[in-house]
Amino acid sequence: MSPHGHQAPLLEVRDLCVSYGKIQALTDASLRVGDGQIVTVIGPNGAGKTTLLSAIMGVLPSRGRIAFAGAEASSPTIKSMIGRGVSLVPESRALFGSMSVEDNLRLGGFRFHPRPRRAQDAALEEMYALFPRLKERRAQVAATLSGGERQMLALARALMTRPKLLMLDEPSLGLAPLIVREVFRIIADLRRQGVSILLIEQNARAALRVADYAYVLELGKIVMEGPAAELANDPRVVAAYLGIAGKHQEMLAT
Amino acid sequence: MNLQIVMLLGQDGVTNGAIYALLALSILLVFTVTRILLIPQGEFVSFAALTMAAMQSGTPVRMGWLLVALALAAVALDLYDAARGKGRWRPRGAALAMLAYAAAVTALTGLVPLDKAGVAVQALLTVALVVPLGPLLYRVFYQPIAAAHSLVLLIVSIAVHVVLVGAGLLMFGPEGARTEPFSEEGLSIGMVTLNSQTLWVVAVSLLLIVLLYAFFERTLYGKALRAAAVNRLGAELVGISPEIAGKASFGLAALIGGLSGILIAPITTIYFDSGFIISLKGFVGAIIGGMASYPVAALGALFIGQAESFSTFWASSYKEVIVFTLILPVLLWRSLSHKGAEDEE
Amino acid sequence: MRIASLSPHARIFLVLVPLLALLPLVLPTYQVTLANNIGIFALATLGIVLLTGIGGMTSFGQAAFVGISAYSTAYLAIGTDLPAQLGWLGGSPWGGLLLGMVLTLAVAALLGALTLRLSGHYLPLGTIAWGLSLFYLFGNLEFLGGHTGLSGMPALRLFGISLDRAESLYYLIWALVLLAVVVTLNLLDSREGRAIRALRGGQRMSESMGVNTFRAKMVAFLVSAGFAALAGWLYAYTQRFVSPAPFSLQAGIDFMFMALIGGVGQVWGALIGATAVTFLKQWLQDWLPHILGRTGNFESIVFGLLIVVLMQRMPGGIAGWLARHLGHARKLAPSAQPAPTPVEPLPRRALPAKGEAILEVRGVTKRFGGLVANNDISFDVHAGEILAVIGPNGAGKSTLFNQLSCVDRPTSGEIRFRGRRIDGRTAREMAGAGLSRTFQHVKLLPTMSVLENAAIGAHLRGGKGVAAAALRLDRREEARLLDEARRQLGRVGLGQHLHAEAGSLALGQQRILEIARALCADPCLLLLDEPAAGLRHLEKQALAELLKRLRAEGMAIVLVEHDMDFVMGLVDRVFVMEFGEQIAEGVPETIQTNPAVLEAYLGGVE
Repeated sequence: MSPHGHQAPLLEVRDLCVSYGKIQALTDASLRVGDGQIVTVIGPNGAGKTTLLSAIMGVLPSRGRIAFAGAEASSPTIKSMIGRGVSLVPESRALFGSMSVEDNLRLGGFRFHPRPRRAQDAALEEMYALFPRLKERRAQVAATLSGGERQMLALARALMTRPKLLMLDEPSLGLAPLIVREVFRIIADLRRQGVSILLIEQNARAALRVADYAYVLELGKIVMEGPAAELANDPRVVAAYLGIAGKHQEMLAT
Repeated sequence: MNLQIVMLLGQDGVTNGAIYALLALSILLVFTVTRILLIPQGEFVSFAALTMAAMQSGTPVRMGWLLVALALAAVALDLYDAARGKGRWRPRGAALAMLAYAAAVTALTGLVPLDKAGVAVQALLTVALVVPLGPLLYRVFYQPIAAAHSLVLLIVSIAVHVVLVGAGLLMFGPEGARTEPFSEEGLSIGMVTLNSQTLWVVAVSLLLIVLLYAFFERTLYGKALRAAAVNRLGAELVGISPEIAGKASFGLAALIGGLSGILIAPITTIYFDSGFIISLKGFVGAIIGGMASYPVAALGALFIGQAESFSTFWASSYKEVIVFTLILPVLLWRSLSHKGAEDEE
Repeated sequence: MRIASLSPHARIFLVLVPLLALLPLVLPTYQVTLANNIGIFALATLGIVLLTGIGGMTSFGQAAFVGISAYSTAYLAIGTDLPAQLGWLGGSPWGGLLLGMVLTLAVAALLGALTLRLSGHYLPLGTIAWGLSLFYLFGNLEFLGGHTGLSGMPALRLFGISLDRAESLYYLIWALVLLAVVVTLNLLDSREGRAIRALRGGQRMSESMGVNTFRAKMVAFLVSAGFAALAGWLYAYTQRFVSPAPFSLQAGIDFMFMALIGGVGQVWGALIGATAVTFLKQWLQDWLPHILGRTGNFESIVFGLLIVVLMQRMPGGIAGWLARHLGHARKLAPSAQPAPTPVEPLPRRALPAKGEAILEVRGVTKRFGGLVANNDISFDVHAGEILAVIGPNGAGKSTLFNQLSCVDRPTSGEIRFRGRRIDGRTAREMAGAGLSRTFQHVKLLPTMSVLENAAIGAHLRGGKGVAAAALRLDRREEARLLDEARRQLGRVGLGQHLHAEAGSLALGQQRILEIARALCADPCLLLLDEPAAGLRHLEKQALAELLKRLRAEGMAIVLVEHDMDFVMGLVDRVFVMEFGEQIAEGVPETIQTNPAVLEAYLGGVE
């Protein structure tokens, strides 16, 4: 079955290859993200998930074809991808640690600068409405935030660029369960507001639960794909990626 | 050594120290934004001073030709990039605009009789000639290897310095020059007469520092430049182009260097290769600041100015030896307070 | 011996030595003088190649070092009004060489001690400042003749032979140049040389293998300064006159340019660069005044631009380009490798008795500012046991691993290794004590061979120093070290790839190579950071077999790992972390059904 219906996908990646020197980190990876979808890529550490996002964003040079919103976008640069409406929250969060929360957010809107102050302030207030915590901490220096707040700030800063597609690299990394729940709630919310999301998660169970469609990446190759709900019940996925918990389920099932 | 001599030396020290402090700030700014040690910082100083002197003496001002040459190289590089990226065979507007600007300024300096124009116009025109040098140098020499190892960037810096010194000799000749002081009167406070140029230097330096502070703290462009220094990837992901950040920091460095050159030209005889020694004292200041702290670097540079001034009195021919040996205790202190081995980059 | 069996370097010597010997017989004297200068420049440039191209450090002070030695030599050779303490050295060329060498090395040692621990920018800035200082000093000191310099040096006399003609000096200079090349090649092909070459691969790795990186940097810097001192001695006797100008910072930059143009990564690049730059400079000095209509130091513009283009397009210089296009030294056919002759294996550490507590972790807590990354962690590891540390990403496993491997120290609590407290000790000390590790992000020297990479691990099992290496007195020990590396590589299944570049291996093989390197240190505790990541199924099985064998021999192993299949089938005990805390510990079977563990892995979804 076609997971994307008949309309052209928002993002289409075909046969993407990335190599570091002589090491091939990504081999012929192909994937699609439909408009308004959440798509997740799961796989073990070192499989090339971060490399995949970096290549799509233009952080790393790649070979292969990328199309965004129906237009050719191969050999992207970061600048061209931001201009098209793609935003990446990297695993490191890449915040401006010595600057205030508000400065971080205002810089998120840098690509629209200079524009009327009022429009900027409105965008800022929108973020504060979405993340009330950040409003409380608006004058605080980013480096002193807690892990959860930093993730919120990174998300909010990325949203300030007004993306059509938001790419998230391990948003739950190092966060307490309550915060993880909050982050995934926001991700689901964003989709409802029309932002498509490409999500990379080591927490495969949470990712498969929130996503519409999923890909499994192993040793730089896409080895499996399908609707997230189907993949979540695939015995191979359960054994390999749902970890101990998966084993447990298996045991319960037998 | 009586009080009057102390005051005199101190005044000299403050004058030089203020200039070194400006250069130290500029060096730090470029280093944090681009990882480049801007060895050619001094050439902005000497080129500005010699351009100003050339205008006043009525000799041909040749700086424009350097700008035109670099602007042409920038256009050529744009075309080359376009050819490699299989893009359109059209240079970017910015490069063409820069070429047009360079041609216009060159024509202006060649046609207008500048020796009668007055110090203010001469200074303004000098700034107009020196500032574009910054972004052009970045575009032509550094941008193609912006991602290289910092060692490579340093070597390119040295090479660019060598090229510019040669170009300086070609443009200005081997003779040194001085310019007329901005104003004649000094200011007398009690028994001490403050040299008018000292007052100019201190006033302009303070003004520049305040303006820079306001730029970095109050404007989004200033903050964007800081952001590029704090987290390169983060900056790029919100649309702060590293190329523009690099060009902007080089532009600021050229502005600071150019103003410094205009300020000291009436006090010191400047030769085509004088800039290096001057900027190196800014580097000593930056090293005192650990290549990171702006206030410590500025204070360090002020201290270097004083040390230089007083060693001129005690052992004038060993002045440079003393000043550069001062970095040894600084390095010792840095080395002792350093924690273990770490990996760079 | 057949030519085909010679190393590329030996082949170059075979061509170069007769050629150099014949040159003075056919060249006019002024060309021989030029060749002498080239030889002296090549000697100083060789120092830059070792320092910058191989050690990854930058110095612009090489000309100043040449100057210290040249002035010392001239001062003693002229020998008028020497202070009483130096009188006995007066007039003797050996005295000049000795004084020049001692002074140069002393200045280099001081500068090195102050800058080599700091980040890479401080050495070049320090040498620029000091290069200038020394230049002004030469020009201002009365007894060195001020700006006019010292003249009237007698000709060089060694062992009763007078070397007063350019042709006779030629043979001395070039013999010393070739000797320096041999010494450098020997040094690089040794245990100390590997430590210098490894500097570019990250200091953390080297330190964890027991390499004192500060010492390795210092060795490279001092040898480099020593070549400069030798060049200065020759320079003084060639010119028989010294003045400050040739030792300016500009000259220091010229030496760097020679190295870069010749090829900073290759020993022969020094000779190529010195030759190319000298001829190009002469040619430019002849032609530029005609083109520009003025005289002046305009060749610097050309050289500067040439360096910029070289850095942007061809960072390997001429020698790098030649090496790539002639393809020598890159891939020697296996048949060209000398078959290893059997050697006596290295002595091994007495392994602890099975069951002995190797690692005892007690109440280890690590705070970063307000963040508690590890909270009150305690466990033991015994000889002959594999312990896995698992937990979700961000659980604090890497922080714990860093403390166990002494890269980081706990905020509180203690870690004991074989009963001795190790928290607060350095990774280098622990390498000597029998703790060895691999890295989550592979840290290898991609252009060095697999064999050499592994041999870095055996660094502390040899003891021969720089002098022994330079004179090839280390061959027996070196053969034993390489034999050990070969043995460990065979053991992990990389025996087929000994002479391949490490960078050409697949990621999984690189991880295995890291294990071989760790094993070369003869450890009793092995810390493995995600060893199975990026491995294919069969490779994982082979790795598991290897770890089982090591365990049977009595090795204690701690591994951080995400691959549950791999972990559960292999290890004796599992230690589970979440949010910096221990949440479970036990045998794999109980861990797999432990409710707290399940919650951790299911966490945040319901």
